[in-house]
Amino acid sequence: MRREKRTACLPYRVPLTKACRGYWLPTHGNGDQWTDMEEKTVDILKYTAVELAEKIKAKEVTVKEAVEAVFARIEAKEESLHCYVTLDKEGAFQRAEEVQKKIDAGELTGRLAGVPVAIKDNMCTEGMLTTCSSKILGNFLPTFSAEAVRNLEKAGAVILGKTNMDEFAMGSTTETSAYGVTRNPWNTEHVPGGSSGGSAAAVAGEECYFALGSDTGGSIRQPAGYCGVVGMKPTYGTVSRYGLIAYGSSLDQIGPLCKDVTDCAAILEAISTHDPKDSTSISREDTDFTKALVEDVRGMRIGIPRDYFGEGLDSEVREAVLAAAETLKEKGAVVEEFDLSLVEYAIPTYYTIAAAEASSNLERFDGIKYGYRTESFEGLHNMYKKTRSEGFGPEVKRRIMLGSFVLSSGYYDAYYLKALKVKALIKKAFDDAFAKYNVILGPVAPTTAPRLGESLSDPMKMYLGDIYTISINLAGLPGICLPCGKDSRGLPIGLQLIGDCFQEKKLIQTAYTYECARGKFGVPDAENRGKAVQKTEESEGR
Amino acid sequence: MAKQYETVIGLEVHVELATKTKIFCGCSTAFGAEPNAHTCPVCTGMPGSLPVLNKQVVEYAMAVGIAANCEITRVCKFDRKNYFYPDNPQNYQISQLYLPICRNGYVEIETADGKKRVGIHEIHMEEDAGKLIHDEWEDCTLVDYNRSGVPLIEIVSEPDMRSAEEVIAYLEKLRLIIQYLGASDCKLQEGSMRADVNLSVREVGAEKFGTRTEMKNLNSFRAIARAIEGEKERQIELLESGQAVVQETRRWDDAKEESYAMRSKEDAQDYRYFPDPDLVPVHISEEWIERVKKAQPEFRDEKMARYKQEFDLPDYDIDILTGTKHMADLFEQTVALCGQPKKVSNWLMVETMRLLKEQEMEPEDIRFSPENLAKLIGLVESRAINGTVAKEVFEKIFDEDIDPEQYVEENGLKTVNDEGALRKTVEDIIASNPQSVEDYRNGKEKAIGFLVGQTMKAMKGKADPGMVNKLLKELL
Repeated sequence: MRREKRTACLPYRVPLTKACRGYWLPTHGNGDQWTDMEEKTVDILKYTAVELAEKIKAKEVTVKEAVEAVFARIEAKEESLHCYVTLDKEGAFQRAEEVQKKIDAGELTGRLAGVPVAIKDNMCTEGMLTTCSSKILGNFLPTFSAEAVRNLEKAGAVILGKTNMDEFAMGSTTETSAYGVTRNPWNTEHVPGGSSGGSAAAVAGEECYFALGSDTGGSIRQPAGYCGVVGMKPTYGTVSRYGLIAYGSSLDQIGPLCKDVTDCAAILEAISTHDPKDSTSISREDTDFTKALVEDVRGMRIGIPRDYFGEGLDSEVREAVLAAAETLKEKGAVVEEFDLSLVEYAIPTYYTIAAAEASSNLERFDGIKYGYRTESFEGLHNMYKKTRSEGFGPEVKRRIMLGSFVLSSGYYDAYYLKALKVKALIKKAFDDAFAKYNVILGPVAPTTAPRLGESLSDPMKMYLGDIYTISINLAGLPGICLPCGKDSRGLPIGLQLIGDCFQEKKLIQTAYTYECARGKFGVPDAENRGKAVQKTEESEGR
Repeated sequence: MAKQYETVIGLEVHVELATKTKIFCGCSTAFGAEPNAHTCPVCTGMPGSLPVLNKQVVEYAMAVGIAANCEITRVCKFDRKNYFYPDNPQNYQISQLYLPICRNGYVEIETADGKKRVGIHEIHMEEDAGKLIHDEWEDCTLVDYNRSGVPLIEIVSEPDMRSAEEVIAYLEKLRLIIQYLGASDCKLQEGSMRADVNLSVREVGAEKFGTRTEMKNLNSFRAIARAIEGEKERQIELLESGQAVVQETRRWDDAKEESYAMRSKEDAQDYRYFPDPDLVPVHISEEWIERVKKAQPEFRDEKMARYKQEFDLPDYDIDILTGTKHMADLFEQTVALCGQPKKVSNWLMVETMRLLKEQEMEPEDIRFSPENLAKLIGLVESRAINGTVAKEVFEKIFDEDIDPEQYVEENGLKTVNDEGALRKTVEDIIASNPQSVEDYRNGKEKAIGFLVGQTMKAMKGKADPGMVNKLLKELL
């Protein structure tokens, strides 16, 4: 009797009822295991990625159990959150088995071995749908996996599926997806941010242990901020872009979305490799990021740009971010305000460059070689026109038009070339700042997560929301976002730390120190989950 | 009095580089494979794929630029040329617009009025497109991306040429430079060299250029010459009848000997060029330039002067021998082996050229080795075989590159130098041809030729004709 009850308590596990026995393959021998299992009744979903890998290594949890736990969670939450575009349950279990064998054989010992991961849907995964949340790639099966994905596979991570995003990463709310909106796990009336909204929500909603996102203008950091998770965009060139379906090639970087700074360092370490297939990939020798997990900011010089705290910034966000700065000061950092110039030019510069590159990058989606092709057409040009008109959503079309305009003859010098010049000046402004400071601290977004539908009605407003994140991409700098509080509605507030090129370790060290001082941030429905579990127990008991 | 017109011509020449792999991926550039056999995610424009530059392309482009007296751009970049067409898998071509690798050069050509410089505006690197094949049977168009991503250089001249002859001389010059560098085989027919002709006419003495047209689809020197003549006439006729020349792209139909408009300036596409963010700028160091300079071969002009001085060959021979790098190499290597420049030259000039012509081959297609030609010359020199046999053996060398010594041995082709055997045959011939003998004795010198022929025939060609002659005279 006790046995039934216990099993039913596990929210992450298929109950060991008669009906399920064929499906549930025991890995721990016979009935004597119950002492173990009793310990395991703790919700293994609460582990961070690194903790889970340790448990797996210590044989306290199997890879399969972890994958099952996640899928049970996905089944429970996906209907309301919709983090994923594609789920590969069968493949994940198969992979879990392979990885478990390698772990048992001692071949896989890394910090991510056996950890279930979600991949943003703009990264190619061999044989697994990769849609960029667009109708035009609705049926696209890549023939190869992105380098970052391969690196994770080598590290033993288990891919669960592909996360929802703004179509072709164009958007800040994950509402431009052709496959429906993703909701914020803290409040499903709100957006998760974007464009890596599916990844951020999946981590916050515990539908995966960590996820990969991509950041062209804040697409990792801003949703991390809205969803109360850690997100990092490394220095341009640190993670290979091979297999990342390009939006703005000179700005795109892949990075982690995860539960804490330790995970962030471990994931970044696993995906940062020099890749000869990507001409912009940099060969770095300082990618042992986990070494920077040191709780010490004494003497760290932190600059707070006054320009990041001006008009438009929500007062609750301001207070939480400044309180975080105060915490770091208490820990021994030298915190100062300063003026970072050119902040107001970042948005027009970014939208000129990103749209220009996007207009060209998205030309290959033409209905000829792969992806969507219109049903009926007359001649080649009509096919192009109809395929692209039907295949792309309004935000993508808007940016293609904008990008085509700024590159067209007669306007190139006035817009695109000028934007490149401003980009160089923005980099210069950061260079000047980093001559004085190790880290720049500020908010990640002017507000917490807006309500669904609020941003789409006014694209200009949505673009302006990117003000604190995009200049980092223009300058190629690393940036990390971690939660530093909640607003009165209970929505997370993101703290952004920006470093000079190749100074990820300083960011990790600062973020880690802050995180230690802050304590556990928690998960959206921790209290609700307890209730849910009880409820199940009651009903089962009846 | 009728107005006098001057033709102004500039050329855009595309040359396919002889690299083993494509410009931005590791796929083979080999010709003639199954459709799409030589493709990968990069050269088929798969989402997420990225280009990586082939260093050899830069090196070849630099070598051509240096040979054409160009300035080398120390930091050059690649740009995207955006246009939609199915042979272009990304719908943009990676090319160079803003910072091409070479600029401001020239080559010298020979004209009727002496030497002339043709300016090179720029040389840039770019990728070739795929090929569309229309399937009439299925009524659909298929695309083969084997050529997609094959490296090209485009050599853009200044409008410095004034006649078809100058254009041909310029193209020949470029072809020789590039072939000598080994950067391409430059075959117009096979498309590894393609020329677009920009042409305008103006009144003699006028300062401003007339409106130009661009002509495409010119795949032989002959077609180029005819197209230039045709277009010149067409434009003059337009001007004479008071009409204006329209700036447009025209396609030459060599069969019909006329051109027709493809698209006018109004239809010209806006290619929205911008620097390709997937590729990093190419930094070319002084040392690299020096290395490429040092590796430059002896070009044709220098070679011609040396052949004259070193081998004392007639100008006609030198012209043909240096006409292709392959021929010149073959000549020099054979001479190095047998030390008989004039003899080697004769074999190449006469027999080789004859066989090339008969078999419709180009000098680049010669496959026999200098060793075997040298051996053959040695056999003739030592009188081991006679001239007729030598020609027969040479055909075998030309076709199959056989070892002549072994071949002569195996087929018993050695000249019979045994006087006894020969004398016996000669005696037989004299006995069986009394009429000719009579004629000779009566002073008809020519009759001896017939008797020599008869003897050679009886000896199956294996006799030394000199010796036969001598014996005949002796016995008569």
